[in-house]
Amino acid sequence: MLTNIKMEDIWTATYETFYMTIIALIGTAIIGIILGLLLYLTSKDAIWENTTFNVIVASIVNVFRAIPFIILILLLFPFTNFLVGTVRGPTAALPALIIGSAPFYARLAEIAFREVDKGVIEAAKSMGAKTSTIIFKVLIPESKPALVSGLTVTAIALIGYTAMAGVIGAGGLGDYAYFYGFQRRQFDVVLLCTILILIIVFIFQFIGDYITNKMDKR
Amino acid sequence: MISIKGLRKVYTSDNKKLTAVDDLTLDIENGEIFGVIGYSGAGKSTFVRLLNRLEEPTEGNVIIDKQEITSLTKNELRSARKEIGMIFQHFNLLWSRTVEDNISFPLEIAGVSKEKRVKIVQELIDLVGLSGREKAYPSQLSGGQKQRVGIARALANNPKVLLCDEATSALDPETTNAILDLLVDINQKLGLTVILITHEMNVIRKICNRVAVMEKGKIVEQGDVLDVFSHPKQPVTKKFVAQLMEPGSEDETEDIENLLHNVNHDGVLLRLRFIGESTNQTLISQLAKKFPIDINILQGKITQTQTGGFGTLITQFIGNEKDISNAIEFIHHETSVEVEVIRNAD
Repeated sequence: MLTNIKMEDIWTATYETFYMTIIALIGTAIIGIILGLLLYLTSKDAIWENTTFNVIVASIVNVFRAIPFIILILLLFPFTNFLVGTVRGPTAALPALIIGSAPFYARLAEIAFREVDKGVIEAAKSMGAKTSTIIFKVLIPESKPALVSGLTVTAIALIGYTAMAGVIGAGGLGDYAYFYGFQRRQFDVVLLCTILILIIVFIFQFIGDYITNKMDKR
Repeated sequence: MISIKGLRKVYTSDNKKLTAVDDLTLDIENGEIFGVIGYSGAGKSTFVRLLNRLEEPTEGNVIIDKQEITSLTKNELRSARKEIGMIFQHFNLLWSRTVEDNISFPLEIAGVSKEKRVKIVQELIDLVGLSGREKAYPSQLSGGQKQRVGIARALANNPKVLLCDEATSALDPETTNAILDLLVDINQKLGLTVILITHEMNVIRKICNRVAVMEKGKIVEQGDVLDVFSHPKQPVTKKFVAQLMEPGSEDETEDIENLLHNVNHDGVLLRLRFIGESTNQTLISQLAKKFPIDINILQGKITQTQTGGFGTLITQFIGNEKDISNAIEFIHHETSVEVEVIRNAD
């Protein structure tokens, strides 16, 4: 048992998975929140109500959400090559990871913003708040627990995506499990990679739940 | 002074037009507590939102302190809103902020420096009686305490006008009274004009100087609280008054039918209507001393408003006919109590 394991390589792969997940998560959070805000603010009866714009953003989000991730990576090869200069390695996986998960998170963020009490927004308006004040001092702070729990769900989906990206050479535990485990019939490697991925998932879930509870003063 | 002229709000949806506020004209004096009462759907919530343009008027204008609110640009409106505080039925506090940070919020919007904010917030917390709860979150407060935060927040930028949108409707009667006392206190201390809308007659009775009754987007009756209450003209006003005088039974006539049935057929049944100062007179004991008659109080209620008491008593005068008619004459000529004979002696 575990005779084929090279701990050094395993640690590198684990590090790469963390690297991809965390950087992609940051990118996803930023783009997702911006898209979520646009979706929310341009919806009916909202501050920047604009049906045309809303339909355009919603369509883009829906299209990118509909493309299977493994195909999205392939489609994005030219873009990735232009941006990163290569299509291999953890950094090259980032554009696809972010573009794949940001639309998903955008929908979760939009739902989070919708949950903010309309009365509180009205109260802020009655005090003479600007739209930017409403966004940064009302919408985002009041939806923080929902934004974070949404981000936790997205992070776990992202860990899955990094493993999938591994199959086409992104590095990380998915890559290691496929090339060193599956293809060389070293199933102890596959097993260990699975366990490590599970541990990473639990860590993200635990941290996410903890922060959500800590922030929720309702 | 707040001057409202020809204010109208029409909602259009699915090609249907709904007039929520219809050609409303009203003057409100500086420093008064002005009440608007109406059943739900009467348009009072829309009306109060038209004053600070949370709803854009379809027609008409609103002038607050010589400033025409209805002609302001968006930027001007934002700074004008800082002079108009507003409190809400469901408080609308930010749950993510503590009591002090909630009160500080309008000051942040107005760009007040941190040092000043801390000072003003502390003063307001003392004013509304929340000392010691500065660091609490709204979820840790009772309804009354939440509304106190709402009031403190509305007062933070030192407004000239305070709009109250059903501010006590989500509170129990005891808390309602405490909040109303606070509003009167603030009105007197700071001299700010309070406009409150409500469906509770009790609120109007307790703190308002003047009242307007709204129905179907229009003001159907307005004036001093005492006048409107003591001589209600419109059916809707009568209904509100009945609600105040006889809680639990909206229909006074039915009660009187019962009385006529049940009370023994001696003497005369009279309705005495007390308005304003007359409630202070010792009418019943004066009558009993002056005339050789017996007086039986069958039903009644006297209640107090900001400008005096009012109410009715239904009484039975027992004695010989001559003395009773003398007593009635006396009430007519010597006092300001109105008297009405419900049933004569058989």
